[in-house]
Amino acid sequence: MVNGILDYLWLVPALPLLGVVLNGAIALLVERPFLLKEAGLPLAGGHGAGHGSHDDAHGASSHGSAHGHHETPAYRKLVAFIAPGVVGAAFVVALLCVLSLASRPADGRTFVQILFPWIQAGSLLVPAALQLDPLSSVMALVVTGVGFLIHVYSVGYMSHERAFARYFVFLNLFMFAMLILVLANNYLLMFVGWEGVGLCSYLLIGFWYEKQSASDAGKKAFVANRIGDFGVLLAMFLVFWTFGSLTYTEVFAKVPLLRESGVLTTGLATVITLLLFLGATGKSAQIPLYVWLPDAMEGPTPVSALIHAATMVTAGVYMVARSSALFLLAPDTMMVVAVIGAVTAIFSATIGICQTDIKRVLAYSTVSQLGYMFLACGVGAFTAAIFHLMTHAFFKALLFLGSGSVIHALSGEQDMQKMGGLKKYVPVTFATMFVATLAIAGIPGLSGFFSKDEILWQAFSSSHGSPFLWGIAALAAGITAFYMFRLVFLTFFGKSRMDPEVEKHAHESPWTMTVPLMILAVLSVAGGWIGIPAVLGGSNLFEHWLAPVFHPVAAAGAAHGAEAAVHHPAALEIGLMALSVAIALCGIGLAYFLYRVRTGKPAEIAKQWPTLYDVVYHKYYIDEFYEWAVIRRIVTISIGLWEMFDALFIDGIVNGAADLVRAAGDRVRRLQGGVVGGYAFSLLAGAVLLVGYILYRSVVQ
Amino acid sequence: MIAPSAYLLLSAILFGIGVVGVVARKNILIILMSVELMLNGVNVAFVAAGSYLGDAAGGVFAFMVMTVAAAEAAVGLALLIALYRLKETVDITELKVLKW
Amino acid sequence: MTGVALLDQHLLSVLIALPLVGAALLLFFPQGANDAIRKFTLLVTIADFLLSLSVVARFDVATAGMQLVERAPWIPQYGISYIVGVDGISLWILMLTTFIMPITIASTWSAVTKNVKEFMVFMLVLETAMVGVFLATDLFLFYIFWELVLIPMYFLIGVWGGERRIYAAIKFFLYTFAGSVLMLVAIIALYFHHYAVTGVYTMDLMKLYELTIPVKLQLWLFAAFFLAFAFKVPMFPFHTWLPDAHVEAPTAGSVILAAVLLKMGTYGFLRFAMALFPVAAADWTPLIAVLAVIGIIYGALVAMVQKDVKKLVAYSSVSHLGFVMLGLFAFNLQGIEGAILQMVNHGISTGALFLIVGIIYERRHTRLISEFGGLAKVVPVFCLCFMIVTLSSIGVPGTNGFVGEFLILLGAFKVQKWYAVVAATGVIFAAVYMLWMFQRVMYGKITNEENLRLTDMNGREVAYMLPLLLFILWIGVYPQPFLRRMDASVNAFVTRFEAKKQAALAGSPAGETMLVRYFDGKK
Repeated sequence: MVNGILDYLWLVPALPLLGVVLNGAIALLVERPFLLKEAGLPLAGGHGAGHGSHDDAHGASSHGSAHGHHETPAYRKLVAFIAPGVVGAAFVVALLCVLSLASRPADGRTFVQILFPWIQAGSLLVPAALQLDPLSSVMALVVTGVGFLIHVYSVGYMSHERAFARYFVFLNLFMFAMLILVLANNYLLMFVGWEGVGLCSYLLIGFWYEKQSASDAGKKAFVANRIGDFGVLLAMFLVFWTFGSLTYTEVFAKVPLLRESGVLTTGLATVITLLLFLGATGKSAQIPLYVWLPDAMEGPTPVSALIHAATMVTAGVYMVARSSALFLLAPDTMMVVAVIGAVTAIFSATIGICQTDIKRVLAYSTVSQLGYMFLACGVGAFTAAIFHLMTHAFFKALLFLGSGSVIHALSGEQDMQKMGGLKKYVPVTFATMFVATLAIAGIPGLSGFFSKDEILWQAFSSSHGSPFLWGIAALAAGITAFYMFRLVFLTFFGKSRMDPEVEKHAHESPWTMTVPLMILAVLSVAGGWIGIPAVLGGSNLFEHWLAPVFHPVAAAGAAHGAEAAVHHPAALEIGLMALSVAIALCGIGLAYFLYRVRTGKPAEIAKQWPTLYDVVYHKYYIDEFYEWAVIRRIVTISIGLWEMFDALFIDGIVNGAADLVRAAGDRVRRLQGGVVGGYAFSLLAGAVLLVGYILYRSVVQ
Repeated sequence: MIAPSAYLLLSAILFGIGVVGVVARKNILIILMSVELMLNGVNVAFVAAGSYLGDAAGGVFAFMVMTVAAAEAAVGLALLIALYRLKETVDITELKVLKW
Repeated sequence: MTGVALLDQHLLSVLIALPLVGAALLLFFPQGANDAIRKFTLLVTIADFLLSLSVVARFDVATAGMQLVERAPWIPQYGISYIVGVDGISLWILMLTTFIMPITIASTWSAVTKNVKEFMVFMLVLETAMVGVFLATDLFLFYIFWELVLIPMYFLIGVWGGERRIYAAIKFFLYTFAGSVLMLVAIIALYFHHYAVTGVYTMDLMKLYELTIPVKLQLWLFAAFFLAFAFKVPMFPFHTWLPDAHVEAPTAGSVILAAVLLKMGTYGFLRFAMALFPVAAADWTPLIAVLAVIGIIYGALVAMVQKDVKKLVAYSSVSHLGFVMLGLFAFNLQGIEGAILQMVNHGISTGALFLIVGIIYERRHTRLISEFGGLAKVVPVFCLCFMIVTLSSIGVPGTNGFVGEFLILLGAFKVQKWYAVVAATGVIFAAVYMLWMFQRVMYGKITNEENLRLTDMNGREVAYMLPLLLFILWIGVYPQPFLRRMDASVNAFVTRFEAKKQAALAGSPAGETMLVRYFDGKK
């Protein structure tokens, strides 16, 4: 073994795949007959109500015995062991690999493992190959680490679910796809993971398929992602026919050369990167394709935490960061990315203010935070983007899992108007969620503070940035602090607005759920300490780790944000930091005032500006607009094409031709009188005419 | 020595009678016989021409026609009997299934 | 001659003849012995498939030309011979044919109960004809097999079909026949042209390849071939026979129709129309590419609003075949290899889709989407199979559909950027119509009481579905074995195409091809 543990890099995606196979076998061979037997009297059976049964199960207690689950079948224990086990093992392998990578010199930290040639046609050579470098190692660790915690959490959360094994098959499959996405060494293999995670997202959002809204949401997510994938596909074509390869290292290595020879014009780079960014807006839920993410909350809560907060939705950021060499060549794209990121950040933050569904608030918060990451990418601060990606994975996963714990405690209730005063029922959940809320609000010392502030600073100081972008982002940060504290106040503080029946059963979650919460809480606090900026006396380990990925790029491309920042005085950076903290505190203060002190005030405000409230509450009617402007149109056109063009026009011609022949035949038919004598006569007449003609010809000649 | 034109005239008359029979009569049996008559008219012309030109081919052709006529009569009569069994008539004006 | 020597020297002929022999033997079976008849037919088709595996085994990857060639004079005074051979272009389509046949036969076990013997005879004759089409390299022989395919298919639709089967059967027959007759005229014209140039009468395709045909004649002959093949593919706007034929045909008929018969059109383009008349093919490219792209979008849009599952799949075929045509007319390695692979992929996944529809049709005797809903709960294995096949049809990476579509679009993008861009939107629509249909059939609550009584797939159904699923994943994950065996032939095709085009253009007065001049002028 030449490379030590790194030669086992393939195990990182392979282990979850093993989980898919094992759990798949269990789901198919053991769980399926079990469930069918259970549903022996379909519809009349206790579980006919589908999702409803899930809620019921949550309703009473975490002890399923009262609800017809006589005892946990052995296969469920096996699944509960395999599914988190393989992901945990993948995390260990990934960690060992990264440690091994870290022991190498900074410029040698790119390890490529070629598994087998995948597609080969002419000059197209795409291997199935994995690449571990500083960027993908951050992603791999976040994915497997957070993924492992969420798997463990799921064991508790889904303990009442009938299709337990099926759930973990999908979840393991997601881990596999996500790891392929981040570990691929070329665009096409990344695309496999890219669409693979979209598929798993589809399957998991629609996990409770009997619920119409769930399967609708899954479909919506898939289609919105597909629109983005269309962009990635075209970008890959352009990359291939420009660079002659789809492998990252080869493509980026050729950038300077092709730049000099004039093949890679700024225009071309702009088109490629804009198309890639279209893909990113689909996957990472940015304007204009963000609409699927809030609906995706139909899926089980751990899925929302894993896929729609911590990992999959950040794939767009990862891809943009991965392609930073190309993005830096296209200032126009950078501006688009920054502006869309900033606008999305504030736009969805405002929607978050008015939502009452706890998961939807978090969903819009996710969209908003992803906007931050793109803002960072857009101003050239890729390190900051990835840094925020990581810290966000910690605290947002925690928030979702915490909200899941709340929902679990309240028998499936998601409406914050029916919560309140929960902190005494679910103390661990409250404490950990509060930490995460502080982190996302940007309270100094917590992880979110460092990463968010890095982005704000870069948005201000980078050569691509501007005070204007900083302003939007800072304002969005204030709103974030506001709606997050609104969420906490509505949920955990004040008087209970719970259903008495529900309140009776409110309980803290089992250890499989609280332990992941606690670990994530620690990470939400400490996760940022590896990236403390120099101005605060930190060593910014994180930036140094990623430097080999982004710095050569910066040298080749336009000026890099970090370098430009050098020209700004440290006092300015500290000052802006203080200002953004002050804005966040204002947001918290306002939330405290509205939801703790003057609790009647929010309703008054809503009454005062009914139209504004209505528009924001209905998410600016964007979904309705898409429905009207796109979906209805396409369906109408399609029906028109089918009924008018296909059935009337083309088949009109076809059947018309047939009718013409038939009509002609109808005329000619009259010659067939049926009298044999007549036939004989015409025979004779014909013969006479023929002979006559021949005689005539011979006479004339 | 009878002039060749007399044979040809006889041949033409026989053929003409046959044609009229085929076209005008309604009974299939008669029509078949009329067809035989036409064939025999042709045979007369063949034999006469063969004899006049001193070529045996005329006679050969006549035999050829006779065998064909015999085969035709056999098949035709068989069909006729089958048809009669089915429809109980040999009147062609009543056999108009092919009209449509 | 011993059996081994027969197989050694006449493998391809045995491959063609075996089903026909089987059909002849079937005639000796007593009328009612349905079980024996089915088993025997299955045995014959499996034997044919196993034999075809030895074609793959004996296939030389490095050889570009025809392999395992057999030739025998047939009507020597007219230069008509019996010549069969296989190369990288036909290999996988041949394999697809022999592979899909046993599966199809297995699917008829309980679906076909009337006139089983006749049904099986027609199926076997059909197999002979289809295998013959893909192996024949003599134009006359090819034409005979080409037309021979029509006859059993006509009866399969017309006798064992649904309510409007007669209309559908006649429409299918006349539509495709109208095209083929024109092709026959073109074949004869080509035949006489070869005589005029060389003084030799021949129908041997390899000899005809060597001709440099004047541009003007190429344009006419290509037009005739184009119609024959475009009807068969079917290209927009010649596609309206397809939905009718599919809807009315019995499941087995639909599977064969989608999996193999449509490929005869695309294969014909590659082997005959494009290879014989390169200038005309290049000249017609803009038109064909436009029709292909329209077909992709149009098929997808119309599929979206169908109420009958089978009709939906039929229109999706129009869309998929549009991709294949686009890939072929990219005239580069990626495009053509992608197109050939996509022919196989479409055969597998659309064939599987029709089998899936057949499975529920057998149980419910309806195919209307609105009759279903919530099936996932009742028939989980069926749901899993349906899901995988759906994903393959959408072209999700990791399934076969993706590799084909990617290569096609990559190839097309190089030469016809905007066509590829528009075609790529078809990928979005594919997701829409397939997932929407899947949702309406499988998800939701069960609203129709009758669906509660549905039984899941039985052992036989799983057994014939499994190989299809296996190939869906295999080609998606490791397409190398498939692509490698095409390389030499496709490479040679592209090179010869370019050379022949230049030669024909050099020998003709400038400006004879309007379209070429127009597009060259634009460049």
